[in-house]
Amino acid sequence: MDLSVLNPAAIGAALIVAATPLLFAALGELVVEKSGVLNLGVEGMMIVGAIAGFAAAVETGSPLLGVVASAAAGATLSAVFAFFALILMANQVATGLALTMFGLGLAAMLGQPYSGMPAPEFPALSLPVLSDLPFFGRLLFSHDPLVYLSLALTAGTWLWLGRSRAGLILRAVGENHHAAHAIGYRVTAIRFAAVLFGGACAGLGGGYLALVQTPLWVEGMTAGRGWIALAIVVFASWRPWRALLGAYVFGGVTIVQLNLQALGVSIQSQYLSMTPYLATILVLVLISGERRRAAEAPACLGKPFRAEG
Amino acid sequence: MLRLEPRKEPSRLMVWATPPAAVLLTLVFGMVLFAALGKDPLRTVEIIFVEPLLSPFSRAELLVKAAPLVLIGVGLSLGFRAGVWNIGAEGQFIIGAVAGGAAGLAVYDTPGLWVLPMMCAAGMLGGFAWAMIPAILRIRFNTNEILVSLMLVYVAELWLSALVGGPLRDPEGFNFPESRLFHDSATMPILIEGTRAHVGVLVALAVAGLAWLALQRHVFGFSLKVMGQAPRAARFAGFSERRAVLACMGVSGALAGLAGVFEAAGPVGQLVPGLPAGYGFTAIIVAFLGRLHPGGVVLAGGVMALTYIGGESAQLEMQLPAAAISVFQGMLLFFLLGADVFVNHRLRLRRAPATESA
Repeated sequence: MDLSVLNPAAIGAALIVAATPLLFAALGELVVEKSGVLNLGVEGMMIVGAIAGFAAAVETGSPLLGVVASAAAGATLSAVFAFFALILMANQVATGLALTMFGLGLAAMLGQPYSGMPAPEFPALSLPVLSDLPFFGRLLFSHDPLVYLSLALTAGTWLWLGRSRAGLILRAVGENHHAAHAIGYRVTAIRFAAVLFGGACAGLGGGYLALVQTPLWVEGMTAGRGWIALAIVVFASWRPWRALLGAYVFGGVTIVQLNLQALGVSIQSQYLSMTPYLATILVLVLISGERRRAAEAPACLGKPFRAEG
Repeated sequence: MLRLEPRKEPSRLMVWATPPAAVLLTLVFGMVLFAALGKDPLRTVEIIFVEPLLSPFSRAELLVKAAPLVLIGVGLSLGFRAGVWNIGAEGQFIIGAVAGGAAGLAVYDTPGLWVLPMMCAAGMLGGFAWAMIPAILRIRFNTNEILVSLMLVYVAELWLSALVGGPLRDPEGFNFPESRLFHDSATMPILIEGTRAHVGVLVALAVAGLAWLALQRHVFGFSLKVMGQAPRAARFAGFSERRAVLACMGVSGALAGLAGVFEAAGPVGQLVPGLPAGYGFTAIIVAFLGRLHPGGVVLAGGVMALTYIGGESAQLEMQLPAAAISVFQGMLLFFLLGADVFVNHRLRLRRAPATESA
């Protein structure tokens, strides 16, 4: 095995790219769950975001429009979930599963004409001086704008949830919807908005995957990332900065196993490909050791709400 | 103004009327969607829902597809009643096929009536063991069984692919990632001459019957119902949640594993990477469409099998991707769940209350 081909700055940069779709999706779901809704359809919203963004970018030639389209597509799909789960009070677990199946099928159909096409190149943000720094220039300051957007979104979510009045109301709705309703907050409307935000974020994550990370359209390309994002939210105990940590850990696992495959380690590649999924299970087991964790989940998570009177 | 009003008692009419209504809604919206995608909507629906019923061959194929769906769906419906979400039946199906298939290949060339039962036992054990991972993690560490069982689907798919490309590869197979074809003693006896319908169909029906007995006539079935509908009451009654999780996951895992063996030793005849056909996921819809009732699951299995066969011919004739069928499946599940609201609520047309300002 020749380790000299590995460039730490390049690996670090690749890790950030691999983590960004997970970060977008996890932040969105975090806000959704904070409002007391469990949307298991992240995988479906991501993949529809991926094909919508890819198709829009190919048709218009503008990667930026692609990004907008992927967020819009994710939000549209999440509105379907919100209609069934919030307005008709359907079981949230099963509705989320339906959303994932629907999304995977829809994306496969929409994507049929686009398979094997290249995406228009996504411009990297070149910062004067910073991008030319040795090591750190490559690692931190030569990314596309979406990476910085995902970081800003992490900070923004943290500030908004923890430091703003609107964030406080959203958390109140998630902790005790009857009390929030009694004070006069419109529980269903607030949750609807949170679900739309989550859908837009998941779509954005999918768009990043198809436009920047791969950049190709392949049927089923999300390969469980939506589910890993759900696990990251649990791992993060519903805190934005820990979601960032979780996403980067999984980005790291992905990049390490890809590099091992590229180095030709004498093990069947399938066993290396298993590692992100096994790591997810391992992480879920490890964090459950912390006793207080159960108390941190929003108290009304997954419970249907019907306004009385 | 339209508003939903809770019913005093669930409507029995709605319980039975909503699944057919959901199927109809799916057809209508499916046609709209196909029209929007530029496919002839009427022709698509005809191919998917009508043509499979017309020829004797595809009617037998209906049984081939329905058997695994019913087997898995019955198992899942037990857990869904109790709030145990085994979403990874697809993985248990794969591991069942691998365990049963490997057992069959281990005694390759040895004829005997005992070979197939041994494979079935190995497959059930494999599916059971795979389902025990999320079950034990849930009762020991309180991890989410949805996420764990789902992650294990991806692991199982990769493992199957590694095994048929490695230890289980056909030694005379020119390095193709496939196992040997199973020997005659290791393949499912055919039920209807000249078709692929095998005895697994009868097993699926028998399992549904047993599940009905367990649910209607045994305290185990009763405890599952209570646990799903009134968890606190179940705790007071002394029903153990741990035991329910283990039992539901174990039974559904073993049944999914058995379905896996039937698929490998039946229509496929060997282990190949493409063995999993999404039965484990479709069975989730089968369970809901059948109202979590064994008899309903048998009927629902037939309906979903129809879309499977129809979906295959739509792939050939309309160049639809294989995944298109899951658009239908997702929609069906949406409408089923949405229609459930009318079981416990009625829609009332009511004037907005008069404003109190005067």
